[in-house]
Amino acid sequence: MSERDNLLEVDNVTIRFGGVTALDGVDFVVKEGEILGLIGPNGAGKTTCFNAVTGVVKPTSGAIRFRGKALVGQQRHKITRLGIARTFQNIRLFPEMTALENVQVGADARHKTSVVGALFRTWRVRVKEHELVAIDAKSGVGRLVQQVRRTGQRIFGLSRHTLEERAAREKAVELLKLVGIEHRAGELARSLAYGEQRRLEIARALATEPGLLCLDEPAAGFNPAEKESLLELIRKIRDTGVTVLLIEHDMRLVMGVTDRIVVLEFGKKIAEGTPAEVRENPAVIAAYLGVPTDAA
Amino acid sequence: MMAVIDSARKADESRVRAVTGLRDRWANLPYGWRISVLFAFVIFLYALPGLEIPLIKTPDTDFTSVLFLCAVYVLVAVGLNVVIGLAGLLDLGYIGFYAVGAYTVAILGSPNSPVVIQYPWVVCVPIAIAVTMVSGVILGWPTLRLRGDYLAIVTLGFGEIIRVFALNSDITNGNRGITGVPVPSEGTWPEWMDWFPGITAGRPIFSVSNVIGFYWLALTLVFICMLGVRRLERSRVGRSWLAIREDEDAAEVMGVPTFKYKLWAFAIGAALGGLSGALFFSKQTFINAQGFDLFTSILWVAAVVIGGAGNQLGVALGAILLAYLPERFREFADYRLLIFGVALIVMTIFRPQGLLPSRRRKVELEDRAKEGAVGE
Repeated sequence: MSERDNLLEVDNVTIRFGGVTALDGVDFVVKEGEILGLIGPNGAGKTTCFNAVTGVVKPTSGAIRFRGKALVGQQRHKITRLGIARTFQNIRLFPEMTALENVQVGADARHKTSVVGALFRTWRVRVKEHELVAIDAKSGVGRLVQQVRRTGQRIFGLSRHTLEERAAREKAVELLKLVGIEHRAGELARSLAYGEQRRLEIARALATEPGLLCLDEPAAGFNPAEKESLLELIRKIRDTGVTVLLIEHDMRLVMGVTDRIVVLEFGKKIAEGTPAEVRENPAVIAAYLGVPTDAA
Repeated sequence: MMAVIDSARKADESRVRAVTGLRDRWANLPYGWRISVLFAFVIFLYALPGLEIPLIKTPDTDFTSVLFLCAVYVLVAVGLNVVIGLAGLLDLGYIGFYAVGAYTVAILGSPNSPVVIQYPWVVCVPIAIAVTMVSGVILGWPTLRLRGDYLAIVTLGFGEIIRVFALNSDITNGNRGITGVPVPSEGTWPEWMDWFPGITAGRPIFSVSNVIGFYWLALTLVFICMLGVRRLERSRVGRSWLAIREDEDAAEVMGVPTFKYKLWAFAIGAALGGLSGALFFSKQTFINAQGFDLFTSILWVAAVVIGGAGNQLGVALGAILLAYLPERFREFADYRLLIFGVALIVMTIFRPQGLLPSRRRKVELEDRAKEGAVGE
C-alpha cells in the first residue's frame, strides 16, 4: 500500500467556529485508488472535515493538498474541476429537475459551452485530431465520435453545444445505469424514493469525473439489504479508478468495504489503520463504547 | 372552507390533466404537422390587426396599439423570466432596465435631447442593449452575492434610483422629458402592402397614428428573443440556471460557477428589458420619468408568477393578460392592482406553478395522487 501516491493530504488542519474547535490539528492522507473510511462518534468533526476538503468551510489553519495542489482558498466550483466530488449527508439534489438533468449538471462541470455558444449553435467547433481524442477520453463521447468516423460525418459540422449535450446525456444515462436507477431517468428528483435519491447523488457526483469521491453517510437510513448493495456499488466505483473517502456510522459497513480507517473524536484524530487494527485499538473502543467505570 | 378549497383543487387538477394530456398529444404529432400548426399560428398573430373577430376588440382603444403593448409586455416577461423563472433571482426593479434602454435610445436619437449627437434608431438600439447589459452587470456584481429577500430589496431600490435620477437629471431633461424619440425607420408602406386592412401605401410604416408597423416589429423581436432564450434554456447554461434556482450551494459544489451564471442571467434579462423599453418609447415618441413607477415593476413580476415562472408560454400568457385585460375591460382598469393582487394570492394557494403547467407538472400530479392515497 505504501508505494501508492498520496491523492489528498490533510495537513494539520484546525477549524474553529467562534469558541468551538471543530477540528484540531487533524492530518491524514488519502492514497490513490483506496477506500478510506472516516469514522467517529456524533460531533467528532467528520462532516466539517469534508466541508474543508470541498471548500465549503475554510480552515482556520493548516493545509489541504489534492495531487499536490493547495485547496485552501480555492473557489468551490474550481475544486470540483480539480477532481473532488461529494454527496451530502442530508440529500441536496435539484428537486424540480429530472434525475437525468441532475446528473447532466454534474457532467456540465467538464464542458465548455458558453452562453454565446449555446445561443448561436451554428458556430462550429474546429476540433483538431488530438483535441478530439482528448474530448473523447474526457467526456465519454467515444461512441459518438466512432459513429462519426464510421459514417464519414464531419465532426467539424457539429457545434460544441451539440457535441457536449450528447456527451452529457450519454454519460448521464450510463451513470444512472451504474447506480441502478436508469428506469427513473425522466422523473423529478423529488419524486424518487429515498434510496434512489441517495444513489442519484452518487451518480451526479461521479458525473463531474472526480479523482476523489467523498461520500457523506451514504447508507444513512438504509436497511441491511440496501446497505449490502451500496457496498457493492462503492466497490464498483473504486474499481473504475475513483478513490473514495467515506464517512459512515455503521461500523459493519465501514469494516466491510474500507482499506484503511481514520477515527476522529472531538475534532482530534485518535487512530488510523486497517479495519482490523482500528477494531482492536483501545482508544477507539473507548470512544465508541465508553470507558468501563473500573478502568477509569 | 376546507371542502371548498378541496373541490377547487380537484377541479384545477382535472383541468391540468386535460392540459398536460393535450401537451402529450401535441408532442406525439408528426414533426411536419407541428411545424404547420405553429406556422399558421404565427401568421394568425401577424394578421390579427386586420381580422374582424368579435368580442376581442378593445372598445375604447386602438386594437393594434393594445396588441403592440401586449408584444412589448411579452418581451419584458421573457426577459424577466430568465431572471426569476430560470435563475430564481427575485428582481423587483426590472423597470430600471426598461428605463435605461428607453432613455438611451431617446438621448442618443432625439434631436431634442441635451446630447447633441443624433444617431438613427438602428444604431441606438444595439447601444441601448449594450448599455442595459452593462448596467445589469454593474448592479449584479455587488448584489448577486445576496440571496432571496435581500436581493429583492436591492433591486427594488435600483428601480427607484433610476426613476428618481431620470426625474432630476439634466441629461434626461428632468420631468419635462424628451420628445422626438426616433422611430425605427422613416420609410413608407410600399404599393404591394396596400391590400392589408389599415395600411395605406405611401404612409409612414412607423407612426403614432398607425401602429401596425410597430406591432409587426415587436412581434418579430418577440419570436427571435423567445427562440434565443429557449436555446439557452435547453443547454448547459439553462441547466446551470435551474440548478442555481433549486439549490445554489449544491450547484456550486457540482462545479457550476454560480456567480458567473447569475450575472449572465441578470445581463440577459437586463438586455431584454432594455430592448422592450427602447421599442415601446419609439412608438410613444415621448419619454419622461412618469412611466417607470414601482407598481409597473411589481405587476410585471406578478404577471410572470401568475403565468407560470420558468415556462416561456406561461409568462407570455401572463404578460398578455396584464396588458390586454385593463384595455378590454376599461371599467375595471383602475382596479387592476387589486385584481392582480388577489389573483396572486389565489394563485399561491392553489397553483404556485402558474397558469400554464410546466412540463414537469405531470409527475408532480402523480405524486400528489400518491400522497392522497396514503392519507386516505
